Amino acid sequence: MAITSPEKRVWWNEPLHRPEVIWITIAFLWGLLMFGMMVYWHVAGRQNLSNEAYKVFPEKFAEKVEDMVAKYKVREEGATKIPVVRPPPGSDVYVLSRLWEWWPILELEKGATYRLHLSSMDWQHGFSLQPVNINIQVHPGYDLVLSITPDKAGEYTIVCNEFCGIGHHQMIGKIHVVDKK
Amino acid sequence: MPAMAPETEGGGAAERVPAMQRLLDNHFLLLFLGVTVPAVLYLVWGIMEVAQIPIGK
Amino acid sequence: MAASNEFRTCSVTGLKVHLPAEALIKANAVVAVVFLAVGGLFGLLVALTRWQAVHILPAEWFYLLLTAHGADVLLFWVIFFEVALLYFASAILLNCRLATPWLAWVAFALMLAGAAIANVAVLQGESSVMFTSYVPMKAAPHFYVGLIVFAVGTLTAVGIFFGTLVIAREERTYQGSIPLVTFGALTAAIIAVFTLASGAIILIPTFLWSVGLITTIDPVMYKVIWWGMGHSSQQINVAAHVAVWYAIAAVVLGAKPISEKVSRTAFLMYILFLQLASAHHLLAEPGISSEWKVFNTSYALYLAVLGSMIHGMSVPGAIEAAQRKLGFNAGIFGWLRKAPWGNPAFSGMFISLVLFGFLGGISGVVLGTEQINLMMHNTLYVPGHFHATVVAGTTLAFMAFTYLAVPLVFRREIVLPTLAKWQPYLFGLGVAGISLFMMGAGTLGVARRHWDITFSDAPLTFEYPPAAILMMGLNGMSAVLAAIGGLAYVLVVVGSILFGKRLDAPDAERPRFIPRLPTTVAAYGSAGTLHVPGTIVLVTVFFMSFVLYYFVNWKYLSEIWPMR
Ligand code: HEM
Ligand SMILES: [Cu+2]
Ligand SMILES: [Cu+2]
Repeated sequence: MAITSPEKRVWWNEPLHRPEVIWITIAFLWGLLMFGMMVYWHVAGRQNLSNEAYKVFPEKFAEKVEDMVAKYKVREEGATKIPVVRPPPGSDVYVLSRLWEWWPILELEKGATYRLHLSSMDWQHGFSLQPVNINIQVHPGYDLVLSITPDKAGEYTIVCNEFCGIGHHQMIGKIHVVDKK
Repeated sequence: MPAMAPETEGGGAAERVPAMQRLLDNHFLLLFLGVTVPAVLYLVWGIMEVAQIPIGK
Repeated sequence: MAASNEFRTCSVTGLKVHLPAEALIKANAVVAVVFLAVGGLFGLLVALTRWQAVHILPAEWFYLLLTAHGADVLLFWVIFFEVALLYFASAILLNCRLATPWLAWVAFALMLAGAAIANVAVLQGESSVMFTSYVPMKAAPHFYVGLIVFAVGTLTAVGIFFGTLVIAREERTYQGSIPLVTFGALTAAIIAVFTLASGAIILIPTFLWSVGLITTIDPVMYKVIWWGMGHSSQQINVAAHVAVWYAIAAVVLGAKPISEKVSRTAFLMYILFLQLASAHHLLAEPGISSEWKVFNTSYALYLAVLGSMIHGMSVPGAIEAAQRKLGFNAGIFGWLRKAPWGNPAFSGMFISLVLFGFLGGISGVVLGTEQINLMMHNTLYVPGHFHATVVAGTTLAFMAFTYLAVPLVFRREIVLPTLAKWQPYLFGLGVAGISLFMMGAGTLGVARRHWDITFSDAPLTFEYPPAAILMMGLNGMSAVLAAIGGLAYVLVVVGSILFGKRLDAPDAERPRFIPRLPTTVAAYGSAGTLHVPGTIVLVTVFFMSFVLYYFVNWKYLSEIWPMR
């Protein structure tokens, strides 16, 4: 029994049963296949999280965001008058997170590719883009750079999905994806 | 290691204990492996990954 | 050598029971149940708050009690119980004295003090940082002190387990290899050493930072090391509850592992690779290479998953073989229909096995796939997944084991047997509900650890799909069911310990849930042909669900915004 020592002193040499051998083989091959899927997706898939990141000072990051806002601001939105920016396709775009907002609002062109920078000014936040359901952790002191290609037009919401204090559930932002004019 | 003086019954005194069984009966060797493998592959490698993230401009 | 008056002989199993070990098992188990009761209540309140129509707690209390819930159930309930299991699997199963009982009491006192300090810190309100306490969000210093003291106590207890193994070997209290259940406990203990070491490496500097002696802690570095503790501790749970499955099958049905070699090799896969999966929590972090992520998140080419899939066949296979030996041979599933479903030790164990495999296991592998994680990271899918593993799997298995431990260790009969009979079903159904509905809501994007998913006082507006709100309601209802199942457990256990009929009289009856087994069963071995068609059907269904669900998620992934 499992709660007593094996009856045979040497149990390693006992032969395996057929069903066991088959199951172990299937499970092993399935593991290899699942491992291979992740590798394969890096080569052939179109959704891979970028690992390009830099250590940054929050103030430095904020400066770049403010630059972008100064250059490309088109209007303001919401009760707190968050600037909406429309940078050119292919450019570097920034979303800054801090207690408790995503700043500014981006307006992107459908089908164009942008280099999106994410960083936090204070605590960790969770970039959760809805309804596409893309979820990325945002750290203070790190600038994560990823190339995104929004492929459907519409209004997208950034929900914060990392607990960041008492205003956590009020922390939402927006990304607009619009058709090319 | 006070390894496995073959306390025989049933199996026959002559049967040698195979290496894999000796490994599985060697609790402190298992402890060593169980701590070292993740310490190297997960912790040390992981810490090196984070340490190597470049400084931004 | 221990004095012989420190032992008694168990009238049910014939094992020699070391009385100081028995006292320690009792103390640790009782404290565990207290934390489960408290933490479970907090879980219910949290779930009722997330049920938008009920929304019972204000925001501050929600985050505070969510922190307390995580700590009390995930750390304190589970780990106190595991210490009891370690002592049981070493001293009792090996017929041995426990190494240094006095030190085990010190360990117990440290763990209790640490748990109490952490609870005080959280309930004072200055430490609502979630039990993960990600920096740079700061808790009160005594929050970290509590966790550190608790970890020191636990490490001491694990050391005593190893000490007991040494004593048993030197005093030759067992013949040959240790029992499989003890080997499972050894696996848990080994993982615990890595877990606690990682905890020390990260929590001590974090404490120093909280009192101002260190200026910064890198948040990504923190997570790498913290999850070396946080996730590995879940792997202690897996190893421990698999050991418990084997133990219950042995006691209730006389089931014998189909093959010692296969089951132990599966545990070896755990020892070597299970802990790498701590990387599951870092798949969405900046700057870590995909080589590291893919290798670690896959437990080195899924070798630890292989271990679990092996147990997934050998546990039901052992049960089927034992049942057939007992004469339940009709058809493919006659053995399963005729299983002792009225015995909560058995039913709890089997429900735990099925829910852990189908809900927890499959969702865990999918969630831990590097790219698919993008669609799930920090959504409610994550708590949905781990309530299937650590609640439906570990907690339910431990509950089932209690129905054997109370008569064997506390030597009291189980009271309220009808309630006990229903308990695993109530709890199992409720937990299956919270797991599925949280996973469902997570698939729709709903954030975890979130007080108000209607965003009623946010500066911008957003609505999740109505189905998500519905799921949260169903989640709340399932939570009520799970809480009733949990309450039933606490009532039965506390009632039995206090008021159950004593079983230590020489003429005491056989405990209700520990049947007398015909001796032939125990003799059923791996010799001869293995005939387990029912188990083969079960694992085939499992495998097909796994493959299907896995690829459905890749399909979903291929539809989101391209990115690289
Ligand atoms: C009556 C039983 C239980 C119910 C109704 C319940 C319900 C919940 C709910 C609704 C959440 C919050 C999810 C969120 O908003 O992010 C949660 C979180 C959690 N639960 Fe439970 N739970 C129960 C038992 C348990 C048990 C027994 C364990 C562990 C053994 C456990 C471990 C956790 C953990 C670790 C978290 C995450 C806390 C965090 O995000 O920091 N739960 N639970
Ligand atoms: Cu936030
Ligand atoms: Cu937040």
